[in-house]
Order: sequence, then C-alpha cells, then structure tokens
Amino acid sequence: MSNTVPQIAAIEQAQLRELPPFRVGDTVRVHFRIREGEKERVQVFEGVVIRRRRGDVRATFTVRKVSYGVGVERIFPLHSPRIEQVEIAARGHVRQARLYYLRDLRGKKARLRASRRHGAEETIRDQKN
Amino acid sequence: MNTNLGLIGKKLGNTQIFTEDGEVRRVTVVAAGPCIVLAKRTQDKHGYSALQLGFGERKAKGVNKPRAGYLKKVGVETPPEAIQEIRLPQEVVDGYEVGQTIAASDIFSDGQFVDVSAKSKGRGFTGVMKRHNFSGYKASHGAHEYQRHGGSIGMNMTPGRVFKGKKMAGQHGNKKVTIQNLKVAKVLVEEGLVLVEGSVPGARGGIVTLRTAVKKAGKKAS
Repeated sequence: MSNTVPQIAAIEQAQLRELPPFRVGDTVRVHFRIREGEKERVQVFEGVVIRRRRGDVRATFTVRKVSYGVGVERIFPLHSPRIEQVEIAARGHVRQARLYYLRDLRGKKARLRASRRHGAEETIRDQKN
Repeated sequence: MNTNLGLIGKKLGNTQIFTEDGEVRRVTVVAAGPCIVLAKRTQDKHGYSALQLGFGERKAKGVNKPRAGYLKKVGVETPPEAIQEIRLPQEVVDGYEVGQTIAASDIFSDGQFVDVSAKSKGRGFTGVMKRHNFSGYKASHGAHEYQRHGGSIGMNMTPGRVFKGKKMAGQHGNKKVTIQNLKVAKVLVEEGLVLVEGSVPGARGGIVTLRTAVKKAGKKAS
C-alpha cells in the first residue's frame, strides 16, 4: 500500500528497487555489501526465504540457513541499497506464506520440494534482471 | 533565547529513508516554508525584535475581516494558513525585508540539528496513568474501584495542604511541545521538504515550527 500523502509516496517510490521476483520457499543468494572498518566487501548469504513482509520501502525478507549446525536467520530490507544482487538458486514448493516451521526441522526434514510451477527456464530468466 | 531563524511548516507524516551507507533512518516529513516575511518587529518601535512569518495558503473566505484588512495593508494576495512571529536579535531582523520569501534550503542543510515545536495531539481530560505514567493499583487481592487511581496526594496536618505541582488528572496534550536537537536527515530543495530524524509533536497536517537548534547551533553530526 502506498502512502496517501503524495509527497511521502514520491519519496518512497524513488527508493524502490527492482529485484528478481523471488518468493517464500525459494533458495536465494543475497550479495550484501558490508563494511569492515574502512573497507567494503560483498558477502554472500545463501539460504531459504522464510518470510517476506510487504510495505513499499519498509518491505523486508528473511533468509534462513543452517551454518555448522546452527540455524542463522538474517532480515534484509528489500530495497536496501546495500543489496548488490539477489540470485535465485532454486524455487521451492511451499504451502505457507511464513515458513517458521522450518526452525523446528533439521536435516532431511528441512528440505523443500522443488516448485514445478517455476521451471528451470524461469529461474535463469530471473537471474538476468 | 534561540537566536537562529526558523520556518513554519506542516507535518506530513512519517516514513523511512536509506542513507548513502544503506542504513535505514526513520524520518518525519515536514513541508517547511516557503515563508513570507509579513512584518518586522523592532526594538525601537515595539520593544522587542522579531520577524512575522506567514506560511501556506488559505481560502479568502476563511479569513476574518480584521485579518483580511491587515493582510491587505501588508500587501499579501493569498492569505497564509499560519502566521507566527519568530523572536530574533535585531541584527538578524535587519537582514530581512518585508515581502521576502524564505525557503527551507536557505536556512537548513543536511546533517544539522533543529528544534521542532508544535501543538501536541489533544487527549482531553486524562487520568493519571496515561498523563503521568503512574502505575495504578493492583487488580487482585481484594482491590476494587481503585485500579487506575493515583494513590495518596499528600500527608496529614503537616503540611496540611497538597503541594503545588502535584501530578493529577487533567488536560493532556494540545499544548505546545518542543523537541530539541533533532537531526535533519535530508533537505529536498525542490519539493521544499525537510526530513527530520525521529518524531515530531502533533498530528499529521499540523503546523510546526523548525528552528536551528539552540544547543547545537552550527554543529554537524559526525
């Protein structure tokens, strides 16, 4: 939903970015610029999107991965200028909008079925954006 | 006294912006100015020095006759929505001419600090819990008809009266509030908007006054 005040809507619109249309359940690689002291580098965070929150500039998404046996979740502002790129590594078939149940599952149970609706072709096309 | 010039504006609402570093800043959008100098108050003539500023537009029928007459005398065609005086030292007042317009970009810049004054949202006659953050009384253990009361208001014979300034229920809000040292996240020159970090008193659409901060004048956020 857009802000009803035209001036604010314009400020928000100007900050929106175009990212590939990933959905909840997809495995993504988020290229995120981080600062270490003075230096800047790009870190890749790969995992399953377990949540997308809407709301124009305020939109965020949460990526979950299991790293050395520890579950790690990271929330990214969808329109953050620090996101260099989002790659869609796999499309997952899910029936929920929020995949919080993955937190209680581990190993083979925590896998998602590949989506049949989104074939390999579409995956490649999205990555070009 | 704040010796820095200010502007009248209108609170539009809140949003968030990304800084160049990609950090999120929560801001209040204020349409500040342009303000027109309607009159000057001088030490010699009025006993104090100030600039009288007008902001915004108002329909001619929304102006009463005394004010319409005054505006005619000053020579303003569109009646302003708000008129306020801003107390300033004589030297600053001398630097402005009647009829001159002042835009937000003339006095505000990115990263500086401002004091924001506005009428807070009126909450009417309010109990002590909402108005002064009292904790009320327990809900169980046989307590009844006392949950939101403020407790005792004083002692007995000595002092035999309630102290002045005792916090009690009463009118809450609809009072001028100033928030000091809010950082200007960004000045949008063309749109005439000032994005102030943090929150600003009052409802959306309310009239606010922005002035360069008294305590942090000229300072920039590092």
